[in-house]
Amino acid sequence: MSRVRPGRDDSPDRLYTLTGGRSRSGSDAFDLVTLIVAECDPVPGMQSEHAAILRMCRYPTAVVEVAAELGLPVSITRILLADLLAAGRVSARHPRAAKYRLPEPELLEQVLVGLRNL
Amino acid sequence: MDSATSDPGAPRQALSSTADNGLKIVIVGGFGVGKTTMVRSVSEIRPLNTEETMTQAGEAVDHTDGVAAKTSTTVAFDFGRITLDARNVLYLFGAPGQERFWFLWDRLFSGTLGAVVLVDTRRLADSWYAIDRLEHHGTPFVVACNDFGGPAHTPEQIRAALDLPSEVPLLFCDARSRESSKQVLISLVQHLQHLSSLQPLP
Repeated sequence: MSRVRPGRDDSPDRLYTLTGGRSRSGSDAFDLVTLIVAECDPVPGMQSEHAAILRMCRYPTAVVEVAAELGLPVSITRILLADLLAAGRVSARHPRAAKYRLPEPELLEQVLVGLRNL
Repeated sequence: MDSATSDPGAPRQALSSTADNGLKIVIVGGFGVGKTTMVRSVSEIRPLNTEETMTQAGEAVDHTDGVAAKTSTTVAFDFGRITLDARNVLYLFGAPGQERFWFLWDRLFSGTLGAVVLVDTRRLADSWYAIDRLEHHGTPFVVACNDFGGPAHTPEQIRAALDLPSEVPLLFCDARSRESSKQVLISLVQHLQHLSSLQPLP
């Protein structure tokens, strides 16, 4: 359900059109920090947002970065990414951190080393 | 490096092709407490901004008309990035501390390593809700007091005012300083290591 929010910059109609009328991706398959990698180059005739995603994901790019660069809400970006994933045009590298418990000691050590090297 | 000329926004520093594990730390706090400043101090990219639209059944919102209303809220948040090594990339999220964003938080928090509660000692009450939410969610956190040059408080005074358990680290920092902000993140990870050592379960 989408409600028109007066004063918003983004026209809901435009966002609706981008996703073919869908307002949710059906799953939370993409975390904010899932890294997306393009598996092919853009082709002529491709939806411009899809082409832009393939260009920016030549190197791994987090879902949240894709959203920021496209200037689209994360929820809309997830739908676009789900289409590309289903078509095999991108792959997704999901976070390894456990969702509801503390991370492995090895991972914490890697994070600490990385931060100290900043 | 790729040319990003046809993409909107400024050229972006690409991650290594070996990067395969995104990690999250959330920086929470009241309005104007320095969340974005801290992100900027340690991020390797200019902090980016995006928004998430959340639809939430409005059970706790409004019972007046008996309609099972849903509320849709758009929340903007900032984030930055730190490449830790060839595989691990840490994303820092500056999350709004206001109460009405609690459902965004619960979603942001899931899968985060932990949180930094950034505190302005002149407005301690702004942090109560954040701390309550984190405790409720079971997300490990440290509290960092950003130095605004206000009257000095002792750690004991701040702990008492925040009702902060003794096991939660309390730090003082300058969010404008890269080194100081880095130390806050290091303290959070050390706190996680400590918690991890208390839990010998597999």
